[in-house]
Amino acid sequence: MTARPGSTAHDIAVIVNGAERRARVIPRMLLADVLREEWGLTGTHLGCEHGACGACTVLVDGEPTRSCLVFAVQADGCRVDTVEGLAGDGPGLHPLQEAFRARHALQCGFCTPGILMTLVAYLRRHPAPSETEIREALSGNLCRCTGYQHIVQAALDAAAAGRAAAASV
Amino acid sequence: MRPAPFEYFAPRTVEDALDRLARHGGDAKLLAGGQSLVPMMNMRLVRPGVVVDLNRVAGLGGVREEAGGLRLGALVRQHTLERDARIAAAAPLLAEAAPLIGHLQTRARGTVGGSLVHADPAAELPACMIALDAVFHLRSARAERACRAQDFFRGLLATALEPDELLAEIEVPGAPAPRTGHGFAEVARRHGDFALAGACAVLGLDAAGVCRHARLVIFGVGDGPHLARATAGLVGERPLAARLGEVGRAGAGEIDARGDLHATAEYRRRVAAGLAARALGGAAARAEAA
Amino acid sequence: MKFVGDRHLRKEDPRLLTGRGRYVADIALPGMLHAALLRSPHAHARIRRVDAARAREHPGVVDVVCFADLGSAARALPMVPPHAELRGHNFTLFAGDRARYVGEPVAAVVADSRYAAEDARELLEVEYEPLPSAQTLAAGAPPVHDDIPDNVAGRVTLARGDVEAALRAAPRVARLRLRIGRGGGQPMETRGLVADWNAALGQLTVWASSQVPHQIRQFIADLLDLAPHQVRVIAPDVGGGFGAKLIVYPEDVLIPFLARRLARPVRWIEDRLEHMLAATQEREQEHEVTVGFDDTGRLLALRDRFVHDTGAYTPRGLVVPLLTASMLTGPYRIAAVESSFESRYTHRVPVTPYRGAGQPQAVFVIERVLDQVARETGRDRAQVRLANLVRAEDMPWDTGLPNYRGSGHVVLDSGDLPSVLRRVLESARYDALAAEAAAARAQGRLVGVGVACYVELTGVGPFESARVRVDAAGRITAFSGATTQGQGLETTLAQIAADELGVTPEDVSVIAGDTAGVEHGTGSFASRAAVVGGSAVALAARDVIAKARLLAAKALECAPADLEQAGAAFADRRRPERRVTFAELARLAGAATAALGVEPGLESTRFFQPTDMTYSSGAHVALVELDALSACVRILGYWISHDSGRLINPLVVEGQIQGAVALGIGSALLEEITYDESGQLLAGSYMDYLLPTATDVPAMAIDHLETLSPLNPLGLKGVGESGALPVPAVLASAIEDAVGPAGGRVTRMPLGPARLLDLLPPAPLLG
Repeated sequence: MTARPGSTAHDIAVIVNGAERRARVIPRMLLADVLREEWGLTGTHLGCEHGACGACTVLVDGEPTRSCLVFAVQADGCRVDTVEGLAGDGPGLHPLQEAFRARHALQCGFCTPGILMTLVAYLRRHPAPSETEIREALSGNLCRCTGYQHIVQAALDAAAAGRAAAASV
Repeated sequence: MRPAPFEYFAPRTVEDALDRLARHGGDAKLLAGGQSLVPMMNMRLVRPGVVVDLNRVAGLGGVREEAGGLRLGALVRQHTLERDARIAAAAPLLAEAAPLIGHLQTRARGTVGGSLVHADPAAELPACMIALDAVFHLRSARAERACRAQDFFRGLLATALEPDELLAEIEVPGAPAPRTGHGFAEVARRHGDFALAGACAVLGLDAAGVCRHARLVIFGVGDGPHLARATAGLVGERPLAARLGEVGRAGAGEIDARGDLHATAEYRRRVAAGLAARALGGAAARAEAA
Repeated sequence: MKFVGDRHLRKEDPRLLTGRGRYVADIALPGMLHAALLRSPHAHARIRRVDAARAREHPGVVDVVCFADLGSAARALPMVPPHAELRGHNFTLFAGDRARYVGEPVAAVVADSRYAAEDARELLEVEYEPLPSAQTLAAGAPPVHDDIPDNVAGRVTLARGDVEAALRAAPRVARLRLRIGRGGGQPMETRGLVADWNAALGQLTVWASSQVPHQIRQFIADLLDLAPHQVRVIAPDVGGGFGAKLIVYPEDVLIPFLARRLARPVRWIEDRLEHMLAATQEREQEHEVTVGFDDTGRLLALRDRFVHDTGAYTPRGLVVPLLTASMLTGPYRIAAVESSFESRYTHRVPVTPYRGAGQPQAVFVIERVLDQVARETGRDRAQVRLANLVRAEDMPWDTGLPNYRGSGHVVLDSGDLPSVLRRVLESARYDALAAEAAAARAQGRLVGVGVACYVELTGVGPFESARVRVDAAGRITAFSGATTQGQGLETTLAQIAADELGVTPEDVSVIAGDTAGVEHGTGSFASRAAVVGGSAVALAARDVIAKARLLAAKALECAPADLEQAGAAFADRRRPERRVTFAELARLAGAATAALGVEPGLESTRFFQPTDMTYSSGAHVALVELDALSACVRILGYWISHDSGRLINPLVVEGQIQGAVALGIGSALLEEITYDESGQLLAGSYMDYLLPTATDVPAMAIDHLETLSPLNPLGLKGVGESGALPVPAVLASAIEDAVGPAGGRVTRMPLGPARLLDLLPPAPLLG
């Protein structure tokens, strides 16, 4: 019996939010789909499926990545961080999430996880961004609800809080 | 939208990757950053039966300094162009253009080689490579060959790459003369979009401030990046603003401009002329200061 | 009021921020199947044959369904609302013998995965006979519906006074031709449904990413021959609506049909390419305007004739062009007005409201008129507006034009429009800004200032519902017939309820958009959710606290005047150790006897039926610069003054305004849906349909004025769409100022690079 093309399953092991997850995937299964459907991490959303809106952004080996443009099989052996891992194990929120809440930087919440993950990675590398730099960093994340102003303010707040925390250590 | 089915291979060596290409020919696609390929696959505009993932191939992702210039592996991520000090030093044009290529996420994954091979007419990297007179090292299971960047781009989304070849390395020569500067200018509808028109220039001056060499590449206007012939007239002259304006207009005039949803042909040509002058002006100013 | 007016942080945020929102694509039920829809590739075609044989054989496929399989569900969806002039047609669940727009659903494949469903979809063989299609608004185009050969869906004239006489008598007359292009709401979450038929209960449960779950329930019950109590529709977390999820679409009934037919849950998630094709669009109109005015710039007469593109069907009748026509005079006093339109069918996706709903077009028209009048009389644009605005002492101001519902005239109920305009001029330092812009232009820079005013129709009926209930455990729940797509109803409705009930917003759970919560509901659109939904919550909560006091007095055996409330408990002021909690009162009410003198339950269901729309107002100022080479626009500054009555939550209001302005910027500079001559969509993905990003939207300064509405208990007015209304107009005004008298006039929207380039003054003047 000839196997149908593309039906060969590949075993993958991915460190998701710090814990190993496994799955058997066909090659064309998107990373976004294995996160959402296989591992129940539905916080990562699909807004366009062609790499334009950024809602699906997760971190792959620490870099902001459109999970609709990566096949799950490619993530084997990688570290993937999603919004569900941001807050950590405690009861509180990540400082960036706190800043978003305080500034009303989300409305429908659909684009929010992608924006959070983009900013988390960006602020790690750029702890003192200007407003222009934050806007440029967010140019790959579409939001239809907020008009971005509160998002930018929240990001600036979080960056300032991060610098203060680092300074006080 | 989900892609059509395909078989997937993730070779560890270039030889294995080339072997896969040779075996599957036109039915195989190489996967580098995926930022251009995977959207098309998701939309089922492209349906390879075989995908050969280059991301695990050893030896394609490095940056080496060589003879004042650089050797960039094809899988060097676009954001490396922004981050790597060696690139900023040896090929500042690339460092300047890089932040305008797509977005944070696309540069994290997208590769230098991938952008070159995809050859979008409005892409920055093909034009920059031509301006820098880069040489592309192409490999197949049969042979290895070198191709100058200016000979590589053959029309709309078309390159000199054979179906069984991959772009392995990009050789960026060092600046040709001590007083060389680069310039870059583009217009896009939104930050990170493909350019409506753009220009990059590399220009060298002698001690007296006379132009000794100049390369101007205009992109986004025609079917591919265009190396302007009009710069020939600059050699032996001073790069005065009015002259640069003439050269820019002439260079833009050489192109069979195309119109689309976003801009008309006339718009592109007119803007390109101004951007070309700006890029040349920037290059001349940097050359002066060098 | 303690909580209404407060910048209360949102209750829904912790869940949404941590990725624990539940959008329809997150819902997975055991045994769930996945649907993929085949859509017509032709704008107009006869469908001769649908051959599903190969598709059915594909592994994983459970069923393939087309029009022939619909049975009694083959009827057209009802049309809302009717109009005497409307010659309307609505969708069927699939195209039957004819497809009338690219994207009309033709067949559905149901399989065990989305991947398999898309694979099988490619195996469907459909025999189409392509036909000529109507792709322009010109007369003589191929008919879209056989019974309407001239493609006119409706012709309406609204008038006040004698416009012909007034035009003849006017000292000056000017004419403008204006065009506005198509766009769409484009929420970040596309449409989608999960439907589950439970045969044992005879119950259909549907999760729909929709703005109108009650309407969906009604249409499902209608077409699938079910009683309303057998159908529950829930709008879960919805990732934006903006009108794209306002109507009941074929899919909203089709997916439940499939679930019932297959006796298995079915999920369909629209992909973005489908959304570009099939989600409704709006805005496209062509206007011919004639204005009569005097030498001081006072408007004397206004006549507007426009053609409106309504697409292939009219699920919302004539609502959009009626809104444009009836709102034409906006915030201005004009004695003689005639606004008339023809709504024409085309072989394109149907046109139904998206954020702004016909009003941005009206604002664009009247504001272009005012700029023209200012130019011709040599007056300052802001002064001309001030001279023509309805004043506070004129309120309520009857514009003399029938409103879009036909329930009366457009009557501006309250507001102080000149103050709103003056406040934005002040906050923008308008005079200084204009001088700075002029100085920059003298230096060769293309810098300009623009101003625009608007009123917004909000708070439409027919009603909204609320059920507020305290249960035996003391939990307080407010169920609303409105739905939320990001506007924060879980928080704002809780703020209202909390104030009425004497508790905190954290004590009140809001469940919106679930037909099991309230039997009757209308939904969220037309800037109505907070106004009408909030009013209903207030009324129901007032009933509940009144009943609670009555019961507390009986329970504590004291006079109602001696009751002292502390949160969710009452005490007897004279004997403070005697307390009774809401929970105890609810239990007491739960067993109410005749002697207790009240009906059972500590709850109330109330409806708010507004007697009229209530009108918000505002004014925007923009500072722009055009690049001399590329003509690209940068917005350097943006100032807003608005009056949307009492603000429940100023933080939420600011977010709504900023988001709406961003959408307006998109519709002015970036977003345009265009078709080729054969009806193929040219802007088919986010490569071509460009949404504003963080680098396209400026920071905005927002000033609030609160003139309470007299039309509802809390004085509320809607604001959800406000920000979008004047943006194309204010940018047009600023761009014309920037290019100066030697530059072009802005007569169309949107303005892409080539159109902007055409506006630049001739090159020599650039220096």
